[in-house]
Amino acid sequence: MSERRKIEFDYSGVDTDRMRVNVGPQHPSTHGVLRLEVELEGEIVTEVVPHIGYLHRCFEKHAEAMTYPQVIPYIDRMDYISSMNNEWPYVIAIEEMCGIKVPEKVEYIRVICAELNRIANHQIAVATFGLDAGAFTPFLYLFRDREWILNLFERISGGRLLYNYFCVGGVRGDVYPTFKEDCLDIVRQVRATNKEIMDLLIYNHIFVERTANIGILPVDVAINYGCSGPVLRGSGFPYDLRRSEPYSIYDRFDFDVQVGKGEVGTVGDCWDRNIVRMREMEESCKIIEQAVAQMPDTGDVFEAIPKKIRVPKGEIYRAAENPKGELGFYIVSDGGQKPFRVRPRATSFINLSVLPEISKGYMLADLILILGSIDIVLGEVDR
Amino acid sequence: MTQQEIYNILKEKFGDEIIEFSHELPSDPYIVANRSKIDEICLFLRDEENLNFDYLVILSGMDYIEKLGVVYHLYSIKHKHRLTIKVFLSKDDPHIPTVEKIWRSADWHEREAWDMYGIIFDGHHNLIRILCPYDWEGFPLRKDYKTPEEYHGIKVPY
Amino acid sequence: MEHNFIYNLINSDIVAIIAIILLPLIFVLIYALIAILGELKIASFVQERLGPMRTGPWGIIQPVAEVVKLIQKEDITPAAADKKLFNLAPYIMFVGAFAAFAVIPFGPAFVPADINLGLFYLFAVGAFAIIGIVMGGWASNNKYSLLGAMRSAAQIISYEIPAGVALLAIASLAGSLNLNEIIESQSGWFWNWYLFGGDGPIWKIFVIPFTLILFIIFLVSTLAETNRTPFDIPEGESEIVAGYHTEYSGIKFAMFFFAEYANMFVVSALITILFLGGWNSPFGDFMSGPIWGAFWFILKAFFFVFVQIWLRWTLPRLRVDQLMYMGWKVLVPFSFVCFFAIAFWAMVK
Repeated sequence: MSERRKIEFDYSGVDTDRMRVNVGPQHPSTHGVLRLEVELEGEIVTEVVPHIGYLHRCFEKHAEAMTYPQVIPYIDRMDYISSMNNEWPYVIAIEEMCGIKVPEKVEYIRVICAELNRIANHQIAVATFGLDAGAFTPFLYLFRDREWILNLFERISGGRLLYNYFCVGGVRGDVYPTFKEDCLDIVRQVRATNKEIMDLLIYNHIFVERTANIGILPVDVAINYGCSGPVLRGSGFPYDLRRSEPYSIYDRFDFDVQVGKGEVGTVGDCWDRNIVRMREMEESCKIIEQAVAQMPDTGDVFEAIPKKIRVPKGEIYRAAENPKGELGFYIVSDGGQKPFRVRPRATSFINLSVLPEISKGYMLADLILILGSIDIVLGEVDR
Repeated sequence: MTQQEIYNILKEKFGDEIIEFSHELPSDPYIVANRSKIDEICLFLRDEENLNFDYLVILSGMDYIEKLGVVYHLYSIKHKHRLTIKVFLSKDDPHIPTVEKIWRSADWHEREAWDMYGIIFDGHHNLIRILCPYDWEGFPLRKDYKTPEEYHGIKVPY
Repeated sequence: MEHNFIYNLINSDIVAIIAIILLPLIFVLIYALIAILGELKIASFVQERLGPMRTGPWGIIQPVAEVVKLIQKEDITPAAADKKLFNLAPYIMFVGAFAAFAVIPFGPAFVPADINLGLFYLFAVGAFAIIGIVMGGWASNNKYSLLGAMRSAAQIISYEIPAGVALLAIASLAGSLNLNEIIESQSGWFWNWYLFGGDGPIWKIFVIPFTLILFIIFLVSTLAETNRTPFDIPEGESEIVAGYHTEYSGIKFAMFFFAEYANMFVVSALITILFLGGWNSPFGDFMSGPIWGAFWFILKAFFFVFVQIWLRWTLPRLRVDQLMYMGWKVLVPFSFVCFFAIAFWAMVK
């Protein structure tokens, strides 16, 4: 025993390895089946390797086996939180190829539906972001409001999540008589709740402490990574397809492109990405109000729908401003019934690729917040 | 700047590397380029002051049945103009220089093109599968792809 | 013995001791059910929903159903876990929480064990939970559990210091570590509570700011010690799944659950004893006595349980380094300042 006591403690034997932790695919905060292989030094993240593909459903392969209208339900299932917006660039691209002019009323219905869906998407984004920060109550407030929007969509399309509502040349059903009043009701409700969320969550001191100066994404990095939507706008760059290349009838509406200004921290931090979403809800409300006021009461929404869709040989890329960013479809046609190739520009996929770059050096809890602030949907990442 | 003007600039600068310019309505116009210097062309497109294509919208792999292809959709946030570049590759030798160092977003797109079409991007730092399992065999989006009977004992066709 | 009505009722010592042990146990079990229901109902009130409504009228049997569900669930021990420690940890946690009830003075007529070192004992036993947490987190052989346990160890040890200094300040005011004596020294109207500087001449208004700050420091520290939001970092479900109890299921999870709720009551009782006059009526002799005493004590303690639940459903979670910053750089210095001021007052009083 006495001999053993003489041995001094040898620190070289102390194992201070970095720890590799699997965050996901089953994890409360990966927003789906995302797997992040995280290397931790204590609590500090030193490396993040995203592993995706757990929800890969071969959208592109399926699309090659479907006729043009049959692809739309599959598109719904990409970003299943904002299905209405997803369908839009696809039908725009095909209408452009076929030279179909959409009736005025349809354009307004599409704008209203897309903007309502944008609100619904941002509600989920802000709600789950709050949940990632540990605030449970705003989550339920926002989901309660989203229910109003889903009820409206259910009335016009029959679906609560996957609508299959837009079709080439029109929409699948006319709106019901009290549609406009319901839209304005939703706008009122959304505004009231957002005011509450601003006090309860966004300007909460703990929330600001948690999200300001975290996951800073400089604007040049964001552009180089191809980020779009609130992720790019959160970095202070006003890139919005609705404004820069107005598609449909967006040139008729008066709205602002919201950008992150670094009010509580640095431009491009998590708080900025989140506040852009909060303010975009207000902008969407403005667009809905204007669209409801301008929308013609009469008009046949089915008149431009072709009996048979013949897409001429060629290729086209058309994009629309999805709630998550620029969603585009590169469609190649060989003149047949089925598309030769449908290649979506999946916004979440591209936005997610920036995660390893901006999450190094922050803590594990911050990594979850950064991921939440990017607002991905795994259905779109994996397609 | 129209795509025709951009084509002229590229043609002047790179000569034979730029093969043709196609613009048939209602299709989008596109430029066909040779694969060998595509990274230099892309770098030129990004850094030239009046072109400034700083945004890689999407990079798609293609299978044109008799050959493979890579399509670059570019956008300039500053000048608000778009450009489509097509590169054709033979199925026997699907090699093309990587552009991931020019636009970081190309990293995952190129991995996807490798995963789905088996296009090899020379110089890519981590060209592994991205959507399919890492040990998947074959390139699923090729037109002649046959679904395997089983994967690790799991029946694949349902 | 004077503070224990059971000795007066029952002649046999052995039976009396068993009854004294059983009474808090029954109280804990009933309290846990009430607290679970309270958690569910307060959460649903805050979130503008109804909460459980199907089990019994207005869902009041829901906590019973929850407990039955937990007991029925399969008790899983991970294959790679250290089985002995894994099985032991939840019981250590619960024993630690329950042992604290031994000295809690529920009323002027019932203190299970009226010992002179009550405050010290309560403080010591309160830190017992950390052993269970680290043991469970380590033995689970899960990285999330380990992270949770390590966070918890750091958190509880850090926040023991401001809490301990606050205890010290109150002990110096009361001149005793006996909980009953601390309570008795606050008798009279509510301005005699240590929240308002305790019993003393009019000059005590100079010490009131310090005791108020001390009260807030102690409230925050106890929130941290019980791992409640905004300090629920050891089990922050958005980052580390469920922290130290990720691998636990069934009855063992229920033990952790019970221990958490029991700890909530213990710290609420401690706040009540130290700052709100324990079982003293706020209105002097009005509504005081053994039964009223128990009523006031439980009412005040339940109020703080309510505050904890309320905060949980309102606030987001702090990050681990922000928590440490707050503990060491805000609460500790302020608690020392308050301690010196209060000790000075206790000296000149």
